[in-house]
Amino acid sequence: MRNRFHPSLRAAALAVLVVAVAPAWSAAPSELLQGYAAQAGTATSPQRGEQFFNATHGKEWSCASCHGTVPTQAGKHASTGKPIGALAPSVHAQRFSDAAKVEKWFRRNCNDVLGRDCSAAEKADVMSWLIGLKP
Amino acid sequence: MSAGPLAGWRHVWACVSVAIFGLTHAAWADDKRASLVPPLPEYTQECASCHLAFPPGLLPAASWRRIMDNLPRHYGTDASLDPALTRKLSTWLEAHADTGKRAREQPSDDRITRAVWFVHEHDEVPAATWKLQAVKSPANCSACHTQAEQGDFRERNIRIPR
Repeated sequence: MRNRFHPSLRAAALAVLVVAVAPAWSAAPSELLQGYAAQAGTATSPQRGEQFFNATHGKEWSCASCHGTVPTQAGKHASTGKPIGALAPSVHAQRFSDAAKVEKWFRRNCNDVLGRDCSAAEKADVMSWLIGLKP
Repeated sequence: MSAGPLAGWRHVWACVSVAIFGLTHAAWADDKRASLVPPLPEYTQECASCHLAFPPGLLPAASWRRIMDNLPRHYGTDASLDPALTRKLSTWLEAHADTGKRAREQPSDDRITRAVWFVHEHDEVPAATWKLQAVKSPANCSACHTQAEQGDFRERNIRIPR
């Protein structure tokens, strides 16, 4: 069967589709990670990220206190007990897909766990570990 | 005494009064639907990540105001939001806050669970139940109130975990 659309028209339609979908792509976890890594200016390390995630940093809670030591599984809020969806993007597709949301939670949670903001390098390390986790 | 023509009516009135009392009493006992106010989507999104989106009618406006003015130090966690969103949520919470008799009390620490009415409503819950892993905190309404997320705290929807 012959295609009803001229090839150039099809190319144009494809271009429109790509532009329309691009904002979602631009917030892919790997791109957010690249942003933090570029800001940090050092190589990221998933191993360092895992240690950081599971360690306490002078306060009562670690990241794992709420998110669990296996972030491909659901966590539980350390004080309220409310279930928290898995952090690993391989399990929970919306994780690390919205830059503003990611920044908001790093700001709040780093303050709870470390009593300060996390550095770009710390964020990149943790994200690289989480992104690499398989279900 | 012979039954006059009104005796039958008296009987009817007695039944009607009993029925009216029964209905109003049942409605009072069963009207624990705290939030008939549809929740603001931003309220659910921002607050219900960590805890139930508590119905605004469970605290007086003054308590909500203090809570919203202190989000960076929110019961041991940083729950800060940007100023515009903080204002929007504050306005909504205060507009739908409790204004009834209970609102005369501002519970200590602005905690719903410290309010006199809350303590009274839960005085039959054994101490051991509060300590269960599935309960953990009196703020964990959903542990027993199965429809709490819909603002429904009615007796019939309570399932206490063992």
